[in-house]
Amino acid sequence: MDEKLATKLGILADAAKYDVSCASSGAPKRKAGKNGLGATAPSGICHAFTPDGRCVSLLKILLTNYCLFDCAYCINRRSSNVPRARFSVEEVVRLTLEFYKRNYIEGLFLSSGIARSPDRTMEEMMRVAKTLRRVHGFQGYIHLKAIPEASPWLIEEAGRYADRLSINLELASGASLKTLAPEKNDRTITHAMGQMHERILEARDERRRFSPAGQSTQVIVGADDVKDAAIIRTSARLYGDYALKRVYYSAFSPIPEASVLLPAKAPPLRRENRLYQADWLMRFYGFSADEVADSGEDGMLALDVDPKLAWALKHRERFPVDVNCAEREMLLRVPGLGQRAVERILTSRRHQKLRLPDLARLTAGLKRALPFLVTPDHRPVSLIDRLDLRQRLAEPAQQMSLF
Amino acid sequence: MARVRIDMKAGADLDGFRKALRALVRDGVAPDDVVFAAEGAQDLFGEPFVGEAPPVALPRVVTRLIADVVCHRDHERYGLLYRLVWRVLHGERALLEVASDPLVCRLARMQQEVRRDIHHMHGFLRFRRVVTKGGVTESETEGSGIEDKERFVAYFEPGHFTLVAAAPFFTERFANMAWSILTPDGSLHWDGKELVEGPPARRDPAAAGDGFEEGWRTYYAATFNPARANPKLMAQHMPRRYWADMPEVAAIPELVSSAPARVREMIAREAAASPKRAPEKALQKMREDRPKSLQDLNALIAASEPLVSGATRAVLGEGPLNADIVFVGEQPGDQEDREGRPFVGPAGQLLDRALAEAGIERGSVYLTNAVKHFKFEMRGKRRIHQKPSVSEVKHYRWWLMAELEFLSPRLVVALGGTAALALSGRQVSVTKTRGRQEFPPFAGFLTVHPAYLLRLPDAEAKASAYRAFVDDLRQVRVIAGKRREAA
Ligand code: SF4
Repeated sequence: MDEKLATKLGILADAAKYDVSCASSGAPKRKAGKNGLGATAPSGICHAFTPDGRCVSLLKILLTNYCLFDCAYCINRRSSNVPRARFSVEEVVRLTLEFYKRNYIEGLFLSSGIARSPDRTMEEMMRVAKTLRRVHGFQGYIHLKAIPEASPWLIEEAGRYADRLSINLELASGASLKTLAPEKNDRTITHAMGQMHERILEARDERRRFSPAGQSTQVIVGADDVKDAAIIRTSARLYGDYALKRVYYSAFSPIPEASVLLPAKAPPLRRENRLYQADWLMRFYGFSADEVADSGEDGMLALDVDPKLAWALKHRERFPVDVNCAEREMLLRVPGLGQRAVERILTSRRHQKLRLPDLARLTAGLKRALPFLVTPDHRPVSLIDRLDLRQRLAEPAQQMSLF
Repeated sequence: MARVRIDMKAGADLDGFRKALRALVRDGVAPDDVVFAAEGAQDLFGEPFVGEAPPVALPRVVTRLIADVVCHRDHERYGLLYRLVWRVLHGERALLEVASDPLVCRLARMQQEVRRDIHHMHGFLRFRRVVTKGGVTESETEGSGIEDKERFVAYFEPGHFTLVAAAPFFTERFANMAWSILTPDGSLHWDGKELVEGPPARRDPAAAGDGFEEGWRTYYAATFNPARANPKLMAQHMPRRYWADMPEVAAIPELVSSAPARVREMIAREAAASPKRAPEKALQKMREDRPKSLQDLNALIAASEPLVSGATRAVLGEGPLNADIVFVGEQPGDQEDREGRPFVGPAGQLLDRALAEAGIERGSVYLTNAVKHFKFEMRGKRRIHQKPSVSEVKHYRWWLMAELEFLSPRLVVALGGTAALALSGRQVSVTKTRGRQEFPPFAGFLTVHPAYLLRLPDAEAKASAYRAFVDDLRQVRVIAGKRREAA
């Protein structure tokens, strides 16, 4: 690879790394034809992990980090002093193909600063996807970060080639959007999400190809003073209204060239983690947004215990539950029991009465679950009333340390 | 003591196990009476055992489990599997559902380990591009004059005997490449058509990376966020055993050791308090970027791909730019698509006649369509018109509304339901709401599409529908005239 291209790659990958909504899952299963390259795996594949513990599955880059806008949380904003670069359509195509052939990646995640104009930028992004699919028969995963201000026809065309289109909400409240990204407005963004949702549904009805892996979004946590409860409710609304596939939470990282409007401190990783757990409870464990939001104090999720445990501690009257006859819904609410463990309990108990040693084979989280369940050889009546239960189950409450 | 000894081939010997299993079941040999011996194992008692026997019917989940677990490196795998099969065949048909059973639990764990191993191979294997003469090895083709060819070669050390099980992933994905995967247990070679198994291989210390490895390392380093460093988590997900063959790993030590300093620097650096500039420039730019004239817009439409199936080209609107009345039809038809002009087919000719009778000059009005492309399906040699769907109409709406903005007519006439849908954004019944309408921001009128008149089967109905259509057009002329005077 020539040096100029490598330099650009460094700059434009660096600028894209704060976007976390880039999993490669959810695309319809595809494989390469005789002359094609690439396939998709339904649940995505991680090809490497970086020392921040995050997975690399896509080539995640910006087309350019020049931007006409000035969003405070964004390193690419107009008033930031970072080095700038721009890829040509052909360069992105080439990098994607060459990396893909070496099995480094599952596909491409392409985002961009708004250079020149929303339409021109969106058009180039669309052309990258189109060239990959049309000219090179590329069947790997393509995710484009749509530019909400671009014309609908461009987004429509982009959706024909991309597996997923997404729009980042970035900030959970309209008010913080106003202070931190005055040129954006939440109505434009939610409106664009609404349109995108409509199109995805229609296309499905008509068996037409449009962003088959749906849409996702990202919310930055910790750049403003919005509370967890509000973020959780916003997410619930987004899942409900626009059938988003995922809401990603990104703890705001200090960025080089930070704007004065932003806190200069380490990212609240524990908080981000708790939000993901809360999100998970809503999507897979049957918790409502209100239940999750109310498990904490003052609208913030507890940091010392995970939201499921926090909820259980607040609702001790509903425990312990009997492993051998409780319903699925209630078993799912037992701290320490994951979805898989619950499924295995349900099938196993049809054949035998489960005792503690059986349970130990079914879940790794038995120790955490003990105070909340009953088996023929275990009855934790006293444990559930213990005042120090929380302390006994909590993790030390500090920020995860860097090393 | 074991009565029977079965000799298994090295690696994942699924065929060997299947054959043995059939014979053992036929003879009713209990699990305690069998020893599965690895290839070359010595000092084992028991009769070596061979034989052909009919297949054994087993639940699907069990055969899946067998196929996975034979790939495991644990030398007890065949014995455990046979134990499971024995119990399944002796009254415990649903044994696999009893996840709490110790044997099931152990086999499930082994299955999971194998699957994880396959998954790791899919993710962590790295190809290197090498140029060879034609085929698999250079010696084979030496002096044969076959051209240089690119081939992608990977060396990988799987945790279990998973090479063959992992292969379909690579043949599906890298279908049009020539590649080889080398492992200590065997190798696989693909030429675009056929997969050939080869002997075990060793890591070639002389194998050099290609130019993209360096670029990949650059990417890998750039995508790491020092403010979130968490090398423990990394090692959990990406076991060290694979690191030796992954080019990006070379960047890790430096990334980890420099992270705290980079973060301190980022936090310490006081924001270069850049004054925030007003957003006007960006917004202005956006406004400028919209097509500035009908001509620009039409160029855009013409250059875009059809959003419906069929269509060879876009058919643009036609008529004077200052027309009082704009007629909006459904979509171009066969003849319109061939000529690239609106309303030139049979329906267009009927419209011409009706316009003339109503006293409207065709040359004075603007004619266009809601959908700019001819949607059709081939039936034999004929192109059969297809009605555009609601969403297709909506997708074209942006173009139609932009077009009307440039024309700003006094009256917009929707010919048929599709046009009304495009103009109003919702479904409208022509029979119920025929006549004056609002198509915000335009004054509007709704009537039938002339093609509808052509389709009516009996002559009398046709004649009366035509008269009604001409009456509508007369009204259109009057309304447009009044609006012009009022202005
Ligand atoms: S528009 Fe996007 S790229 Fe530009 S400053 Fe805002 S967030 Fe950053």
